[in-house]
Amino acid sequence: MNSVIKGTSYILAHTPEMVLYNGTTQTTERTVNPDSEYLKELPKHLRSYEEAVAYYPNQVYIGNVTPEELAQIEMPWYDKPVEGAERFGPFGEIMPNDEFLLLIQISDEFDLVKLEADFVEKVRPALAENPVVTPAMLDRIKPGVELAEIDKFVTEEAAEPLYFGGELVGCVKRAHNIDLNLSAHVLHENLVTKASGVLSVLHALRSSDVKAEEIEYLIECSEAAVGDQNQRGGGNIAKSIAEIAGLQNATGSDTRGFCAAPAHALLEAAALVKSGVFKCVAVAGGGCTAKLGMNGKDHIKKGVPVLEDMIGGFCVIIGENDGVNPELITDYVGRHRVGTGSAPQAVISSLVTDPLEQAGLGILDVDRFSTEMQNPDITRPAGAGNVPEANYKMIAALAVMRGELERPQMKDFIAKHGVTGFAPTQGHIPSGVPYMGFARLGLMNGDFKRVMIVGKGSLFLGRLTNLFDGVSFLMEPNRGVKKEDDKAADTDEIRRLIAESMRDFAHSLMLKAEQEV
Amino acid sequence: MDLENQKRVLELSEEHGPENIVVLLGAADAEGAGLAAETVLAGDPTYAGPLTGVSLGLRVYHVCEEEVKQEFDEAVYEEQVSMMEMVLDVDDIHEEMQSFRDEYMKF
Amino acid sequence: MAILKDRKIIVIGDRDGIPGQAIALCAESAGGDVVFSSTECFV
Repeated sequence: MNSVIKGTSYILAHTPEMVLYNGTTQTTERTVNPDSEYLKELPKHLRSYEEAVAYYPNQVYIGNVTPEELAQIEMPWYDKPVEGAERFGPFGEIMPNDEFLLLIQISDEFDLVKLEADFVEKVRPALAENPVVTPAMLDRIKPGVELAEIDKFVTEEAAEPLYFGGELVGCVKRAHNIDLNLSAHVLHENLVTKASGVLSVLHALRSSDVKAEEIEYLIECSEAAVGDQNQRGGGNIAKSIAEIAGLQNATGSDTRGFCAAPAHALLEAAALVKSGVFKCVAVAGGGCTAKLGMNGKDHIKKGVPVLEDMIGGFCVIIGENDGVNPELITDYVGRHRVGTGSAPQAVISSLVTDPLEQAGLGILDVDRFSTEMQNPDITRPAGAGNVPEANYKMIAALAVMRGELERPQMKDFIAKHGVTGFAPTQGHIPSGVPYMGFARLGLMNGDFKRVMIVGKGSLFLGRLTNLFDGVSFLMEPNRGVKKEDDKAADTDEIRRLIAESMRDFAHSLMLKAEQEV
Repeated sequence: MDLENQKRVLELSEEHGPENIVVLLGAADAEGAGLAAETVLAGDPTYAGPLTGVSLGLRVYHVCEEEVKQEFDEAVYEEQVSMMEMVLDVDDIHEEMQSFRDEYMKF
Repeated sequence: MAILKDRKIIVIGDRDGIPGQAIALCAESAGGDVVFSSTECFV
């Protein structure tokens, strides 16, 4: 039996100061052009927390607004706030910067995070009110230190400063004087990934009926590299997250694959559960400071606020088939092979039509494709186009080439089978998974029969291979609760059986031919 | 354009002579194509990379533009690129590229 | 005169448009000498 998707979470943290000090577009600018107009102009274009909460795509990410509702809002979205926007949603929350800094301190095991004493006392009650933060986590809060001490670490010992509301409130110290992998910059980045991963796991537990102790394995799938100079990328952020989130019975490991890693990790989780190795596996990915403000220059040039001010995170819990939750189908999956090449047509075929063919299905049999969910409000002003829409156009074009669709129907196909992009440009975060929450609900309430999740990764960025990568899988309603009168589902089942018997028949013919030779 | 790519464009232009270079782009939309074209024609418009203030005036085309498309082996183009003509706004891209070429291309 | 034949070709592909490798194959088919090929990623 296939494993099922028991819960999903999607979280954001608003981190405007990290845009200024930790995003690589800005750190690069500081190196090559320290007096640039851009750096002077940037702080004026940052959003307030309230603006970030009221931003449509952020509300979609945490589940308060659907992508279908978003599609009805005319772009740009940044100047059309959601009225009565809430911090919490069915999938997660949008955490303010101050609480997130305290969460980073909670996530620190090595006394590397120093926060100012008054700041800690002021923020603690707010974090204590958060329904997902456990008493054990609150017990981990360390008393703050004097500002002078923080200042000293920053000015004399290369600590990474932490700001709130434009004021220095803390720092992340380096863990080694020479080892660059343990520098303050790297540790800051890794602690942010860890803290946002923790928050993601906590929300996934809240939104599902799974208890912390039921999770036996956690797969972390961000793009962070954890380790010292002798084992750069040594890893297991997963276990460090599990520890803080209170997953007492879990071990874990990290899966890497650029933006495709979450899809790879979900396949691994589904396989671990389906094979019976573990009963319950969680997949989580924390966010990435390096990508904050990545397209800031273009945003400012176009008079757009710096929209890449959010750290993202997600968690999906995979469990044994319970007869209720949607299944993650592992009978046929898409994969970009070494021999596939990089032609867009070949890439999309390997990920979309190859698995459908194995299943005896066509492109139109999939109600929704979730490819890469980057928010076009962010990418379009940067000259990077509308990424999800481009993916849907490719799928539609492939359907035309295969004779499954007429060319004039492409636009309708995209509107009907595509999903409007709403995810922050946090690398691995947009890749397919942000829609799994809505897909799970739609498959459970009968809106969808089939949803395809596609992850794609740009391996060439690591300069070890020029190859592309990707994997894809289908989500379907739980077969145990299939309604008797669901004729459409029955038709699919018949098609599947026919395809299977035709394959067997072809196989037996080949065997016979071989015997005769 | 990526800073390392700008560096390579500059080095290769010096090595082979700008008159012998052709830059081929695969940008996803007209604006992205225009930004890359501007970078190798007039200089880096973001003032961040090695091509800042360097006006190379290189020949530059998007892979879907007719000027270069007619020179490709038809079967190779068909297999590697053709589907993207249904995805990209080729006319828009051409118009954007042409406006930069008209102004800055030296060869 | 042809644009690509016998010229040095620099390929700047785009992960969400046409990747470098695909463009390089086209350029070679036209008799160009691909001296550099890269694929950019804006996301």
